[in-house]
Amino acid sequence: MSYNPMNDGPDWTFEMLGEYQAEIARVAEHYRLDTYPNQIEVITAEQMMDAYSSVGMPIGYSHWSYGKKFIQTEQNYKRGQMGLAYEIVINSDPCISYLMEENTLPMQALVMAHACYGHNSFFKGNYLFKTWTDAPSIIDYLLFAKNYIAECEQKYGIDEVENLLDSCHALMNYGVDRYKRPQQISLYEEQKRQKEREDYLQSQVNELWRTIPVSAHEEKVKRIRFPTEPQENILYFIEKNAPLLESWQREIIRIVRKVSQYFYPQRQTQVMNEGWATFWHYTILNHLYDEGKVSDAFMLEFLQSHTNVVYQPPYNSKFYSGINPYALGFNMMVDIRRICENPTEEDKQWFPEFAGKDWLDTLHFAMENFKDESFVSQFLSPKLIRDFKLFTIVDQQKSPHLEVGAIHNDEGYQFVRSSLSAQYNLSNHEPNIQVYDVDVRGDRSLTLRYVPQNDIPLANSKKEVLKHLYRLWGFSVKLEQVDSDGAKTIIGQCPAENKEASA
Amino acid sequence: MAHFIDRRLNGKNKSTLNRQRFIRRYKKQIKEAVSDAINKRSVTDVSSGESISIPQKDMSEPAFHQGKGGDREMIHPGNDQFTTGDKIQRPPSGQSGGAGEGEASDQGEGEDDFVFSISKDEYLDLLFEDLELPNLQQSQLDKLVQMKTHRAGFCNDGMPSNLDIVRSLQGSLARRVAMSAGKRRRLKELEEALAELLKEPVPPQHQISQLESEIEGLKRQIAAVPFIDNYDLRFRNYEKKPHPTSKAVMFCLMDVSGSMDQGTKDMAKRFYILLYQFLTRTYKDIEVVYIRHHTQAKEVDEQEFFYSQETGGTIVSSALKLMDEIVKERYSQGDWNIYAAQASDGDNWADDSPHCTDIMTNHLLKTVRYYAYIEITTRAHQSLWREYQAIENTFDNFAMQHIKSVEDIYPIFRELFKKNRQQQGAA
Repeated sequence: MSYNPMNDGPDWTFEMLGEYQAEIARVAEHYRLDTYPNQIEVITAEQMMDAYSSVGMPIGYSHWSYGKKFIQTEQNYKRGQMGLAYEIVINSDPCISYLMEENTLPMQALVMAHACYGHNSFFKGNYLFKTWTDAPSIIDYLLFAKNYIAECEQKYGIDEVENLLDSCHALMNYGVDRYKRPQQISLYEEQKRQKEREDYLQSQVNELWRTIPVSAHEEKVKRIRFPTEPQENILYFIEKNAPLLESWQREIIRIVRKVSQYFYPQRQTQVMNEGWATFWHYTILNHLYDEGKVSDAFMLEFLQSHTNVVYQPPYNSKFYSGINPYALGFNMMVDIRRICENPTEEDKQWFPEFAGKDWLDTLHFAMENFKDESFVSQFLSPKLIRDFKLFTIVDQQKSPHLEVGAIHNDEGYQFVRSSLSAQYNLSNHEPNIQVYDVDVRGDRSLTLRYVPQNDIPLANSKKEVLKHLYRLWGFSVKLEQVDSDGAKTIIGQCPAENKEASA
Repeated sequence: MAHFIDRRLNGKNKSTLNRQRFIRRYKKQIKEAVSDAINKRSVTDVSSGESISIPQKDMSEPAFHQGKGGDREMIHPGNDQFTTGDKIQRPPSGQSGGAGEGEASDQGEGEDDFVFSISKDEYLDLLFEDLELPNLQQSQLDKLVQMKTHRAGFCNDGMPSNLDIVRSLQGSLARRVAMSAGKRRRLKELEEALAELLKEPVPPQHQISQLESEIEGLKRQIAAVPFIDNYDLRFRNYEKKPHPTSKAVMFCLMDVSGSMDQGTKDMAKRFYILLYQFLTRTYKDIEVVYIRHHTQAKEVDEQEFFYSQETGGTIVSSALKLMDEIVKERYSQGDWNIYAAQASDGDNWADDSPHCTDIMTNHLLKTVRYYAYIEITTRAHQSLWREYQAIENTFDNFAMQHIKSVEDIYPIFRELFKKNRQQQGAA
């Protein structure tokens, strides 16, 4: 190939960005990366801090917690404790990515390959994103949310809305449907339906809490639990059933729930998403280098950044803070390609389905149909476990010592892999708390059930969260824990039960 | 497909509103931090903001988390020494060092304070929220006035030096066009008719001479339209508008007799700091006059005012007399807003107190906008306090407060300048 590189900066102009973008797009197409159209926005460092503090939402409603986040970011940045991310990319159609003005030209190219083609194709292709998020409507929805909340602030007062949002944020992780598929509707329909919903909801709630006495024979029927099945989506349950909320409050709960739902796939695919994007910026830019389109100087600067990103410090390093998702994801992607192109005997034994097959097909299949948990349990190879020298530490509450479990040897591979996979299973980190019962006929109290995983107790923050829950529900709220032996204990209550104490 | 958007020129303050929300929410804590910080400043230091720290636990955003305990399994990279079954001592609890405690940080419950800076304006806003300068409203129109000249369009009459030539000539041109347009049109027609007649083989002399005389008449009329007329003249117009003056002078009076120790002086100093900063919010230029006194009064600079030691008895009226002289000499009442703050431990030569009342009621209180007296003492009040109490009852612009300890300063300052103090007092 001819060596006729593009200008390698370091300063960039919009023409140069366009030129690089076109080349990257060409290579991306060669590798069958299917993306939303790209909207690439160049912003300053200050604007990047703004984008940071709104947790990746391009349009956010106003809330003090974002202000706190902004102040923290600004403070850290000014003190030099933290560099800003090179890019932020938003799962929308068109896919919005931010480039920082301060980046050099090779960095901009890296970011474009990483975000505009890596993340972007992931958003469009991965099954979780396809199922849970609706990229074309998210910007419209966020705008609707922002305006709606601003309107409520005017009508009902900033404090009122702020308190409600505080409570919703406390339960944000419990505003997600894990099993149901959310409906996708457009903004217009959303607004139309919002009006109808307000009226309808109120009537439904009233029906549930009807105080007119029911006929005598119904009384004898054995008390039916409400809800009949435990509900995992606490915010949804409250939105639909809390007796005292006004319709605007239900709508705001719904907004928080929707936003939480929108981010849910990102929390489940961190390793894959970053690994995929990193793999593609690496592959695309190397492809361009092989074609002679980028210079040696460009490659050196690019590789320097790239190796920083995929570095995994060992457990005893002072830089260690858990497994680096970029490192794990990138190496797994590279490893899948290796298994396809140059399989060893071991690989053939472990991965008979794809060892020696077409690597691009295999990678696309992996990207489209897995999340972190299943991706690790399907594709983590013994070679990678050896390369990373992974080992498990078993922390048994009863034992006075920590114990080393499996390590990177023949007996350990299977074990390490399933253990690492479990580590990416969100339900292992988020306490399993569900709405269990409402005392419909009595004091309307709400009972939640916590089922501990591996006897891990709830943190003390539960008291504060229950206060928020109480604010939303309007009547007393109980939290009970059901241990593995079936024993039930009440571990939290709001308002606090002090009858026994005073009596 | 891709397109680039240059957003760099867009507003960078997307988070301003959220930041304000944050400050609004934590106003109470921030205010406490602000009033603590005031004690560390110098009198005229108003140029900087302040750094605020709030305990982290006050601002947590709670959520359900897993707590410590239970059985866990963690994966770590970089095994360099372990084999299955190795036992490791548990790291001491509460410490996140070493391999075993990857979970320790996920609750975000660090104990460090949350520290951030607020700007100078935010600082002053918080410091003086709900306070206002007394007597400002009534006097703003009558006494505070300074006339300032403003441009106010154009008028037909004025001094030659204010003549606006361009506009006058524009008027002239317009008038001339308006007055001669019909005649010029007629003139053109006649000239064309004349030319036609002249082309004829036998020019009709009679008609020609008639046309020529008419043309001449028109030309004369056109020439008679004056080039410039009184009517065209435009003069730049100026108006005088009343303008509240932005100059203020602050008199700091302090007793430096032997009974005032350094601690008492420091308390007074803090009070002066607050007053100075408060005044800077209303006035652009502020002069500060320091007058200290024992049996004699003397004008001094800040350093000497606060830190030089004197001994002797106390005659307060000497300071008041000196202040009155300085006011008459340098701060003629019209364009200066005069504020005074007097700090003392209450000691005065008993026979002197009536003199003070005399100077205050007959001279000073008629000229100053506000006079604040603070007595810093833990002992019983003496004659000066009683004399001043009588004054307070008759004059609106006199206020007095008693400070016992450092903590009193800021609350008492707020008490003195609370909004609508007079109205409330009257009601």
